[in-house]
Amino acid sequence: MGPGVGWYLIVAAILFGTGALGVMLRRSPLIVLLSLEIMLNAGSLTLIAFSRQQGNLDGQVFALAAMAVAAAEVAIGLGLIVAMARKDMPLDVDQASTLRG
Amino acid sequence: MGEFLVWVVWFLAAGGCLTSGVAVVSLTNPFYSALALIANLASLAVLYLLLAAEFLAAAQVLVYAGAVMVMFLFVVAYLGGKADAPWAGGPPLLRTAAVVAAAALLVEVVVVLGLAWGDDLSEPAEVTDGFGGPAAIGELFLTDHLLAFEITSIVLLVAAIGGVVLGTSREREAE
Repeated sequence: MGPGVGWYLIVAAILFGTGALGVMLRRSPLIVLLSLEIMLNAGSLTLIAFSRQQGNLDGQVFALAAMAVAAAEVAIGLGLIVAMARKDMPLDVDQASTLRG
Repeated sequence: MGEFLVWVVWFLAAGGCLTSGVAVVSLTNPFYSALALIANLASLAVLYLLLAAEFLAAAQVLVYAGAVMVMFLFVVAYLGGKADAPWAGGPPLLRTAAVVAAAALLVEVVVVLGLAWGDDLSEPAEVTDGFGGPAAIGELFLTDHLLAFEITSIVLLVAAIGGVVLGTSREREAE
């Protein structure tokens, strides 16, 4: 039968933690985007693991929708990064603080 | 024997997944970071296959590792040396807080899992051969989840237009 669903959930939890660390510690917007992808994928892995365990395909459908949203997010994020580079702003999320309250 | 093989594949995929995840977060060159994410996505696809999600595994490799990451690598190449991201980090206090927060998250999940461990998590439901195949997913998308399917297409359209608007330079309009 192989590993139970719990093992997949542990992998997903560690992946999510890794991605969260990347988002919080790194300052390059490119790496922050990549770490966000890791977090999204950890969420998808959880959905698919539970979908397998329940024998219900709705989780997989949700994971597919999450994949589409992630693609949209990357398109917008990369557009923002290119716009930042065009304006000769430093690629550093800490320095992009004009909207800080 | 079959069960042993499944465990071996699972260990390879999970190990590859976690190490490439750490590589994505820790490498200083975004280009190598993106390449590590491709490895991460590929090993995740293997895990999806083990969970009977054939269509999603294929979509993961095609959409993510194929389309999204190529777009990413193009942007990294376009930015050139500007994209390099040395380990700068914030004040030490912030860094410690980030590590503690991530560790707390992990501990919470593991504790919850440990409490629920047992029959519920170790015995997956019986599924048919078609589970997770394109036919089953496609039917769900065109019946139960039709609205979500259509809205997803609008989200992607808006994102595409937004990406073009953000990427167009203002200077050219002024000329």
